Amino acid sequence: MPGRPAGPAPGPASGTPAGRTPENMPNGPVADMPPDGTVDLLEARKLSGVDDVLDALDRELVGLAPVKTRIREIAALLLVDAQRARFGLAAARPNLHMCFTGGPGTGKTTVALRMAELLKRLGYSRRGHLVAVTREELVGQYVGHTAPKTKEVLKRAMGGVLFIDEAYYLYRAENERDYGQEAIEILLQVMENQREDLVVILAGYKDRMDTFFQSNPGMSSRIAHHIDFPEYSLDELTSIGDLMLAEAGYRLSPAAEATFRDYLARRRAQPRFSNARSVRNALERARLRHAGRVLAGEPTAVTKDDLMRLEPEDFLLSRVFTEPPG
Amino acid sequence: MRITQGTFSYLPDLTDEEISAQVQYALDQGWPLSVEFTDDPHPRNTYWDMWGLPMFDARDAAGVMHEINECRKAYPGRYIRVNAYDASKGRQTTALSFIISRPAEEPGFRLDRQEISDRRIRYTTHAYATERPAGDRYPRP
Repeated sequence: MPGRPAGPAPGPASGTPAGRTPENMPNGPVADMPPDGTVDLLEARKLSGVDDVLDALDRELVGLAPVKTRIREIAALLLVDAQRARFGLAAARPNLHMCFTGGPGTGKTTVALRMAELLKRLGYSRRGHLVAVTREELVGQYVGHTAPKTKEVLKRAMGGVLFIDEAYYLYRAENERDYGQEAIEILLQVMENQREDLVVILAGYKDRMDTFFQSNPGMSSRIAHHIDFPEYSLDELTSIGDLMLAEAGYRLSPAAEATFRDYLARRRAQPRFSNARSVRNALERARLRHAGRVLAGEPTAVTKDDLMRLEPEDFLLSRVFTEPPG
Repeated sequence: MRITQGTFSYLPDLTDEEISAQVQYALDQGWPLSVEFTDDPHPRNTYWDMWGLPMFDARDAAGVMHEINECRKAYPGRYIRVNAYDASKGRQTTALSFIISRPAEEPGFRLDRQEISDRRIRYTTHAYATERPAGDRYPRP
């Protein structure tokens, strides 16, 4: 008979696999502990694998002390909540929507990715995937275009984390007929009603996000965690550069180390400095110059070290050293 | 008469939890899902109306369940099914298809006999529901 699927019937026809339903999502079964029992928090912590994520966060992300503290606090709360649930204590699902504010290149997206992984390990996100969107993917071009577009994105993000970069663009105060408002309303509805399906993280520059929240108080009150990302210090930028170089298989000669630091100090003072992103771009250009230099030198006898080592001149040719600061 | 089409159709109606588990199974296999509805229960009616586009980039059952519930709200008292396509074979292959909603009352079918030349008989099934105009075939709950 056409339209009738052939092949074996997949999956169990009845019964839900453990850990799928929202009610028993936070680690394991609900209320399996007698009132006078004890739970081992360290054991639960180990089982959840949350320390791997937190350690990776410490190891791979330089600086960001307030952010890391806050994430540890959230992780602790979720862990304790899961254990509370085992005693049958009230464990309303905590509000996990977050707002990351901070300058460009301060690691908001990177932390959001880690956050998704963390929430998955703690059982507060089923898939732990991150869907990163901006205004274009949420807001339509004409009447009736916005709602399906926003819903499409929300569907894609279900079970994971929706990361809205530069969220303040959603609301345009100067145009009251802007479709952004419609997207915000749909978002708010889902943020309120489907908390167990979706965690929303908004990101943007601090001052503009503040204006955004002033005109959308409903959004602000539905977000429990406002996390501010500090600008990196010069030392932190240098270690970020070292990490990136190590990852790409390069190293700085001792002379170049001083030059690189000098470069970062100058670049920081210039406009449009975007923290880690600027460091990455500087290193990309240094790699270009390095390749040119190696090729122009003695291309017949190039050692492995020659291919890895960046010299001061790879940085000195940059515009940063010729333009006046400020 | 309860119509039996697709997978699980001889089982009692699936609960939302069971539907969600099946949907998640399909998503885990990498099969995109689509929702379809109809009010013509004839077994040879294979082309049902699509509820939106197939959900090619859903990762979690919650998103699909949302569409299912939207479709139920818009078309109460119709047949609604979920299809999962297995695109890995390079062609569109229905890997799983099951009914998730049906009208409260299903009047069933009648067998029509048509006598043709030489006293031969042709048989055909006739759905009582189709005696009413499309869109108005089942009482709204």
